[in-house]
Amino acid sequence: MATTPPPLQGPTSKEKKYDRQLRLWGANGQAALEEAHILLINSGSGVVGIETLKNLVLPGAGNFTILDSAIVEEADLGVNFFLASDSLGKSRAEQCCELLKELNPDVDGHFSSEPIETFITKPDALDPYTLILATAPISPEILEIIIAHATETLTPLFYIHSVGFYSHFSVHLPHAFPVVDTHPDPVTISDLRLLNPWPALTQLVQEKTAHLEAMSDDDHGHVPYVLLLLHFLEKWKSAHDDKAPQNYKEKSEFREMVRAGTRTSNPEGGEENSEEAVAAVLKNLNPPELSSNVKEVFNSAECVGASPDSQNFWIIASAISSFHKNNKVLPLPGSVPDMKAKSNDYIALQNVYKTKAREDFAEVLSIVRDIEAALERTNPIDEKEVEAFCKGAAHIKLVRGKGMHIAKPGETIEWLDRAKFAFGSLTNPDSLIHIYIAFLAYDSFGAAHPADGLNGAALAPGTTDFEADTEKMVGMAQQIIDDIIKEAGKTMEDPEYTEVKEQSQKVVTELVRAGGGELHNISAFTGGTVAQEVIKVITKQYVPVDNCCMWDGVSSTISVLRL
Amino acid sequence: MDETTVADMANGDGSRIKWKFLDRIVSRQGPFADPDNPIGEQALQMLSSVKVLVIGAGGLGCEILKNLALSGFTDIHVIDMDTIDVSNLNRQFLFRQADVGKHKAEVAARFVESRVRGVKITPYCGKIQDKDEDYYMQFAFVVCGLDSIEARRWINATLVGMVDEENPDSLKPLIDGGTEGFKGQSKVILPTMTSCIECQLDLHAPRAAVPLCTLATIPRQPQHCIEWAHIIAWDEERKDITLDNDDPEHITWLYQKALKRAEDFDIPGVTYSMTQGVVKNIIPAIASTNAIIAASCCNEAFKFATGSNPSLAYPPPDANNYMTYSGDDSIYTYTFTHEKKDDCPVCGNLAKTMEIDPSWTLQEFVESFAERPEAQLKKPSIRSEAKTLYMQSIASLEEQTRPNLAKKLSELVSDGEEIAVSDPALQISFKYKLVFKS
Repeated sequence: MATTPPPLQGPTSKEKKYDRQLRLWGANGQAALEEAHILLINSGSGVVGIETLKNLVLPGAGNFTILDSAIVEEADLGVNFFLASDSLGKSRAEQCCELLKELNPDVDGHFSSEPIETFITKPDALDPYTLILATAPISPEILEIIIAHATETLTPLFYIHSVGFYSHFSVHLPHAFPVVDTHPDPVTISDLRLLNPWPALTQLVQEKTAHLEAMSDDDHGHVPYVLLLLHFLEKWKSAHDDKAPQNYKEKSEFREMVRAGTRTSNPEGGEENSEEAVAAVLKNLNPPELSSNVKEVFNSAECVGASPDSQNFWIIASAISSFHKNNKVLPLPGSVPDMKAKSNDYIALQNVYKTKAREDFAEVLSIVRDIEAALERTNPIDEKEVEAFCKGAAHIKLVRGKGMHIAKPGETIEWLDRAKFAFGSLTNPDSLIHIYIAFLAYDSFGAAHPADGLNGAALAPGTTDFEADTEKMVGMAQQIIDDIIKEAGKTMEDPEYTEVKEQSQKVVTELVRAGGGELHNISAFTGGTVAQEVIKVITKQYVPVDNCCMWDGVSSTISVLRL
Repeated sequence: MDETTVADMANGDGSRIKWKFLDRIVSRQGPFADPDNPIGEQALQMLSSVKVLVIGAGGLGCEILKNLALSGFTDIHVIDMDTIDVSNLNRQFLFRQADVGKHKAEVAARFVESRVRGVKITPYCGKIQDKDEDYYMQFAFVVCGLDSIEARRWINATLVGMVDEENPDSLKPLIDGGTEGFKGQSKVILPTMTSCIECQLDLHAPRAAVPLCTLATIPRQPQHCIEWAHIIAWDEERKDITLDNDDPEHITWLYQKALKRAEDFDIPGVTYSMTQGVVKNIIPAIASTNAIIAASCCNEAFKFATGSNPSLAYPPPDANNYMTYSGDDSIYTYTFTHEKKDDCPVCGNLAKTMEIDPSWTLQEFVESFAERPEAQLKKPSIRSEAKTLYMQSIASLEEQTRPNLAKKLSELVSDGEEIAVSDPALQISFKYKLVFKS
């Protein structure tokens, strides 16, 4: 028997290798990943950064560079998988780089064993990198330089701790980090615009529902539910001052009206399309309202006052905001959920939605072109970018990147507009703010105890004296807590205050117990979460953490806080 | 086990310098740990004296093996029946291009052994069903990284069945993880004491199947056209060839059939990649999510074996035993107690009540088991208290009982009667009490 000829668009070898991830972030996301150059500034026992890189090398992040001046010791072999026994005595940066590169021949790996203290003094030292991962401990002065670079060049920065059963990372994103492709839950994305049908849709409703009564059972049971709902809405409106159902009570009445239209004289004793219509009433009869995320974008200064050098996002957002002012709705995404229907009726309905979506897109595009002309921008925005924005408009998200705390001995941490939130978190049992505070104390302790060894690497609390260091650290964490209470302009009475102190003491003790050492599982876990976040930031898809994430390996919980 | 000290436990060179960080934490009393748990040498002794079983050497399995080896476990066994495919390489980091076609368990075991000195990993390239209770009895606990719900249910039922109240060693904790895209879950099961895989089955409801008549007469989505090619066209036109999901020629044939049908109905969107996805029921998978879930499972294993902190499910039955993780929109975890069900067909002792329409035929009833979230049985055989209603697993009995399929349930069972349902994929029998809908 003749074999089937290969399809013209059969998968390439790269598509085969990356099949399972392309189904998530697509070719665009993959291209962004392949253009990235990630710098890892590695410190301490050095595992969490390497585990993060592993999860980025595998999916094909184009380039990575490891900066690490450590020499491989016996203790590294018990915790770091990307070192082998013959790595002992060699550069940890070099050895990890070689073993990571084995994972994916499509990725370029680089390394440098230069101490961060001298590396960072070179001008342009950080310029080649599109994203920076820095693992603690890092001296506060150097962390300041890295943060300043990230802020100035809009380079995303991750600062990571993994110690014992706890980990933390802070994400430093540009002041405006907009995401269009947020991958919302598919159930929430279709916009059927039932309350604002346009002429082509109204006409289809009339065509397909004019003779409902006379239809055969088979035809009646296959009228798409969207058309049924629109049909009954017309009927409702004619009896209610031309108004759609306004509140829950009216919607429930309307639902009964739809239910009453079900034919039960057929052998099945009911109809699936009617059931779908009844189920869709409460979800789909809400007046079009903008989500708080979209409002935030429309009201932000960048959108209201787009300038010649604005990012494309703001030009398109500004155009869609105008579109919304003109039409009182967002551009139609154009997708229609599957529903009980005959093939041709469903396709006809789908085409009406698609055509309308194309018209809305055309209107938005022409506003974009007008704005571009008014601003005298020379590079027109790619139509595809405008189209993608129109499709996802209801679910866009703006993350406002913010700076991160740098703990220095003797200096008070400032919480600014987050002081009240931090205060509230102190007593919230689900919040892991005490882990965050313990890590601030940890950094402060390290900065106050630079070891006399190489490169001024900091001494971790609990390295040798568990009890004495715990006592010091508990005091430091307590100070941070008192500062939060003070800055928030609040007071805390007993028994709450004692409970907060006890909780903090336990968390600090658990942290000091590790003496600065990593547990492989905690670093592997954290390397997974950081890698997910890096992928989200690089591909500009899904919604990244804003801005601190704590993992508690004791209770197996995560908490994300904006601090 | 022989009288050995921690110092000369298999660490290659016999020294513990390599385990500096791990030893430090285990030898200090933690503020959240049970103060009755031993610390130091005794806890480390536990860690390196127990035998651990890992089921699955795929995306999760590779991570689990690495993590357990670097958690100080020294005697690890791994079971996997699969061979390595090129689409595994984006996350199954113990495999290279040159390993494609070899057995996963074997390659993974050798790789971790060569990288982490002192660990012994024993692979078995085959099915978990090949092994009996004596085999499973040798392990302290089982860590599962599987993509198949059937295999999970099988090992779960086996471990529950092994529990002997007279012998505390017969209770084997099961630590299980699963992922999909940026999401996943991990949980710890203490068979018979806490909620088991079967108790949790409805958390993993199967996707609703598209009715056959839609596929056959009124397709609307590209997926409908692909399912039609897969389920209907192949049997009609290529009955004599067994469909092999991994044969590119077969997928291409289905793709072209589906594309033609989609054109006939004006349905856009059929692609080769979608064809593969639908036919093989592909779940998106990435390295980072596997890393998260596997590390969570191994963290529980480490806490369990060393007592250095409380693991999920301890103390039973009230402790949190289940963590869900979602990374799509920021990061959320939800860690909670999933409660054991008294009417669980595996670990409970009550028959589950099932409301049925007495006018259904037995055929309809049999087919409904595949879609019931709490059952998910593809080839059920059914017995009532009085007689065998339908038996699929043995051909002669199937023929004998087939005439029952056309009968109404009201002719076969009485209101309130108990039935037993079994399926060749699982070694247990489900008890249901049938209640007639009025």
